Amino acid sequence: MTKTNKMEGIDEQSPWRDLTQGGFVYGEGNSAFFNTGDWRTKAPVWKQENCKQCLLCFPVCPDSSIPVEGGKRRDFDMFHCKGCGICAQVCPFGAIGMEVL
Amino acid sequence: MSVRGRMSGNEAAALAIRQINPDVVAAFPITPSTEIPQFVSRFVADGAVDTEFVAVESEHSAMSACMGAEAAGVRAMTATSSAGMALMYELLYVAASDRLPIVLAAVNRALTGPININTEHSDSMGARDSGWIQIYSENAQEAYDNMLMAHRIGEHEDVMLPVMICQDGFITSHAIENIETEEDAAVRAFIGTYKPQHHLLDPAESVAVGPYGVSAYVMELKRAQAYAMECAKQVILDVSFDFAQKFGRAYGLFEEYRMEDAEVGVLIIGSAAGTCKDAVDRLRERGVKAGLVKLRVFRPFPAEELAKALGGLSALAIMDRSDGFSGVGGPLGAEVRAALYSYGISKTVTTNIVYGLGGRDIRVEDFESIYGMLGSKEELPRTMYIGQRE
Ligand code: SF4
Ligand code: SF4
Repeated sequence: MTKTNKMEGIDEQSPWRDLTQGGFVYGEGNSAFFNTGDWRTKAPVWKQENCKQCLLCFPVCPDSSIPVEGGKRRDFDMFHCKGCGICAQVCPFGAIGMEVL
Repeated sequence: MSVRGRMSGNEAAALAIRQINPDVVAAFPITPSTEIPQFVSRFVADGAVDTEFVAVESEHSAMSACMGAEAAGVRAMTATSSAGMALMYELLYVAASDRLPIVLAAVNRALTGPININTEHSDSMGARDSGWIQIYSENAQEAYDNMLMAHRIGEHEDVMLPVMICQDGFITSHAIENIETEEDAAVRAFIGTYKPQHHLLDPAESVAVGPYGVSAYVMELKRAQAYAMECAKQVILDVSFDFAQKFGRAYGLFEEYRMEDAEVGVLIIGSAAGTCKDAVDRLRERGVKAGLVKLRVFRPFPAEELAKALGGLSALAIMDRSDGFSGVGGPLGAEVRAALYSYGISKTVTTNIVYGLGGRDIRVEDFESIYGMLGSKEELPRTMYIGQRE
């Protein structure tokens, strides 16, 4: 299901007159539209050749940035990944590296 | 048709609440405002209002309940004094920043300590930077009238801010005075129904109220809040004008009493203005060009208008019924002097007088001596106290 962003057009560049009154947030599930990816100082890199699809990494990600489809993990959601490195610590097979940006 | 009656300030505020018929009143008793929720709970028991009365366990909860109700989209009111307002303190700021137009009947009383139940403005003056509109009343009539205007002001789309209607504890809240009240239907027609543009119980729109503000948004949101307060000045004037048209009693941002050709003046808030007017009349009979400005609206602060009204005086006493403990007087003194300075008024010499703390009387003779001091050639003290034993 695709969601529409009711807060479209309001971001960290918006002038004060364009914000909602009292900072009210309209619509639900807006966090999906919030780019936390730009907080990163390090980025996880998935080394697919080492990955055993054991799925130990995705539940520990605090930002749900390791999508799982059909029982398999996919590549990182870099719009939301904050680069904390927890997944890299947890992976038993050296399939996640952390690249300094 | 106005109806003549006699009642105390608390009764007047409670009558206004009955006529407003708010959806929610959440309040906790505290002297001297206790009677207000007491009357309201009687109205509820008598079926005279549709109000949901929430008997909360503290003022922190009273303000929280009012915020929840307003966020849900209905009118919420409360009443408090002194330490009760202090216990609401955290929420006062949140109510203002969430832009919830709650109306609070404040009955001014000294903040502890020493513990004291009598009038002083230290409670609401302490909340002067909380983002609430503050309107002060001289007597029961003004307390009633200001209550009737509060919703129209706070709920105006350019404003959307909470409103505090202040009256002096005991002197106003418990003294019986002659007062003109309005008929229920006329009051309701004046106030109108509240239709918030956004609210939590709107099935057509999901909304989150009071979210966290990251640093990238806080300054912009505060600027918008400050702008709403700037807009409130014109809205207060417009609503007051409409009120005068309907009910015949006129109000501005402040009242000027015999100021046309005044040379010496007093600026004051609240019930002691009545005492000061007596002194002005006596002095005028003796040919002294004395005048008085009674501030009604303290937030938003009418700096420019005050500078204009006071700038013709040769000497001015700014009267504070609370000590700012800044070492240089009270809050009104500081703000009025800043207003005079920023609007280029340099000929008016000022003194800032702290008076009436903990309900200490100030008499007509005290004001006469103040005007005498203002008219003398002697240098005025920058700050001083009146009425306390040396
Ligand atoms: S680095 Fe942290 S945020 Fe990014 S995918 Fe790994 S666990 Fe999630
Ligand atoms: S923990 Fe490592 S091996 Fe297991 S799924 Fe994640 S990346 Fe692949």
